[in-house]
Amino acid sequence: MSDILSGAIDCDIHPRVPTPRTLSRYMDDHWRDTVEVRGIETWDSISYPPNAPLTSRPDWRKAGADTEPAKAARETLDRFGFAHAICNSLFPVQCFRDENLAAAFARALNDWLAAEWLDKDSRLKGSAVLPIQSVERSVEEIERRAGDPRFVQVLMLVMGEHPLGKSMYWPIYAAAERHGFTVGIHAGSSYHHALTGSGWPTYYLEDYAAQSLGFHTQLGSLVCEGVFVKYPKLKVVLIESGVTWLPPYLWRLAKFWRGVRNEVPWIDRSPEEYVRDHVRLTLQPFDAPPSAAHIGRIMDQLQSDDMLLFATDFPHWQFDGDDMLPAGLSPALRRKILIDNAIATYPRLGRHS
Amino acid sequence: MTLDAPLAPELDADADLRSAPAAQARLKIIDGDVHPALRSVGDLKRFLSPRWREHLEIYGSRRKLGMSYEPYPKSAPRACRRDAWPEGGGYPGSDLDLIRSQYLDAYGIEYGILGPLGLSGHSELNQEFSAALTSAINDWQREFFAKPEPRLKAGIVVATENTEAAVAEIERCADDPAYAQVFMLTRTSEPLGNRRYWPIYAAAERHGLPIGMHVFGSGGHAYTGTGWPSYYVEEAGGHSTSCQTAVTSLVIEGVFERFPRLKVVMIEGGFAWMPALSWRLDKLFERMRSEVPHLKRKPSEYIREHIWITTQPMEEPEDRRHVLDIMEWIGWDRLLFASDYPHWDFDDPFRAFPAGLPKERARQILSGNGRAVYRLA
Repeated sequence: MSDILSGAIDCDIHPRVPTPRTLSRYMDDHWRDTVEVRGIETWDSISYPPNAPLTSRPDWRKAGADTEPAKAARETLDRFGFAHAICNSLFPVQCFRDENLAAAFARALNDWLAAEWLDKDSRLKGSAVLPIQSVERSVEEIERRAGDPRFVQVLMLVMGEHPLGKSMYWPIYAAAERHGFTVGIHAGSSYHHALTGSGWPTYYLEDYAAQSLGFHTQLGSLVCEGVFVKYPKLKVVLIESGVTWLPPYLWRLAKFWRGVRNEVPWIDRSPEEYVRDHVRLTLQPFDAPPSAAHIGRIMDQLQSDDMLLFATDFPHWQFDGDDMLPAGLSPALRRKILIDNAIATYPRLGRHS
Repeated sequence: MTLDAPLAPELDADADLRSAPAAQARLKIIDGDVHPALRSVGDLKRFLSPRWREHLEIYGSRRKLGMSYEPYPKSAPRACRRDAWPEGGGYPGSDLDLIRSQYLDAYGIEYGILGPLGLSGHSELNQEFSAALTSAINDWQREFFAKPEPRLKAGIVVATENTEAAVAEIERCADDPAYAQVFMLTRTSEPLGNRRYWPIYAAAERHGLPIGMHVFGSGGHAYTGTGWPSYYVEEAGGHSTSCQTAVTSLVIEGVFERFPRLKVVMIEGGFAWMPALSWRLDKLFERMRSEVPHLKRKPSEYIREHIWITTQPMEEPEDRRHVLDIMEWIGWDRLLFASDYPHWDFDDPFRAFPAGLPKERARQILSGNGRAVYRLA
């Protein structure tokens, strides 16, 4: 297995979520005082309860594998010979209601990632978390990270205040495109709305299941609002989406577009074509039965070899042992998923400081 | 399964399928989604008490939408086929003679299962009014459609958020063979597996009635977990998400453990999403079993046993074999044909299915499965 994976680019790993106090070391006096005086001790999102089975694979939890870069590298990069791993921070900046607080934490979080992870291992790359509560502050954060080539992506959560295709968010896409950042949309909610259009589910299991529904919405929004018409070089990566929901949703969206396309006249190609050109998905989790026959049919449904990006989703418990690739992939497709597709998706990955 | 089966003769688009006797000899079709309409509010008023008639006149319908019309204007007036407007006036779906000639007779429909939308009490803010409206709409379905036309079977509309009234309404209607299902919408105040709705499921199970869960409704939340999309194409494309929320909730809350004879029919959300959702839930169940100890089996097993799904709007990938794969994965005995007559995205029972669908499978979907799930006696 390790030979097969050698040189792969892992497009989704998660450093252990830092505490507010840890982040406060990267803040100015005002915000450091805020954390201290107001007693902000923990701030975990219910999208990833720290002790939930899914949040950390048992062996990785036991080893504290996500607590520092050297340990993480031992479990993944060193062990399999990955060329790079992209760090996606899940501290819930997006949940705050105060955009100033969000901007302060986003900036500290990205500084923390650079200092505590990216500085420690040159194979690690980063996603800059955006304080999405404010488009203006998000653009400032993009500009702040643009000079650091180790940041290859800007990161948002799949469920926030509004669908992400709306024109209010376009300055973010303009800035991302200008600087060659890929736009990452990761599972998780700001919980500024009920988690579903029918209210709040009871169980964590349902919450995680519902994340894929957020991806339906965002994909529909990005396509129908015309983001890819306006920003033809933009690449969007759907991270930790589950993957197999995509073809059925696209069939539906394309069918309705054919029926009511006069509503969105700027969309002059089928939604499926925009998605194949602009949207990529990380491989874990991959919601499918283990049989190669099923997976072969699902790959055929995708109608593209360019869309999947390898990811372990470390340390989330998506697979056991080394069983991280779906069964039955051809060597050519495997190579695209492991290496080539990521290189084509992340223009900043090839840049060096 | 056979992916390369020849085009079934009955599905040949060139054949003359429109002559009634020939169609009826061919196949008796059961349609899981037909929408009746009021000619005018006057039709409904005669079934309301003076108190609620007056309320309707003065305050009107106030739903959890903030406006009298849909937030996403439809593609056509009332989202209806342009050819379904009765010449004598009234709305599509309101003229029984036209329903007969344009649809029931023309296609050889044995049964059409009604699902009233619009002013029917589903999402009213005033819960007492909601209960009164649902009773009125159920009486109206019986008097205007099911009684004069035995091929049409009514759905018992219930005041979803007023459980007590919903149960009373099921009890009031259940013994009448005019009704073939309980009818609810998928966008609710809580996900549909929530305990507050369990008395409705208990009543449906007690009377052997399936519950049809149709897309639409407004439960007081943004239509998605990330706010309101801008366009109708997004809302329409996204209906499968409210269906997935409902199925997830029903299964994970343990509704089918509690009500082992309950049958649920998901309507108008398409069907291709079902396998991916089942796989996702099974994986999560494996990880988080300790959170849901009330579940004795894998989520996919509850889905396979308790949930039926209608085929409209038919999935149309570029490669039609992909639909056949999906149908195979769902299970051929769980798919039900639906036309959505008289709406604009109507599926023609002889033309909607993908080429290559084996004849026997088509027969199951068009007829046999509906006979097994609905109370048609």
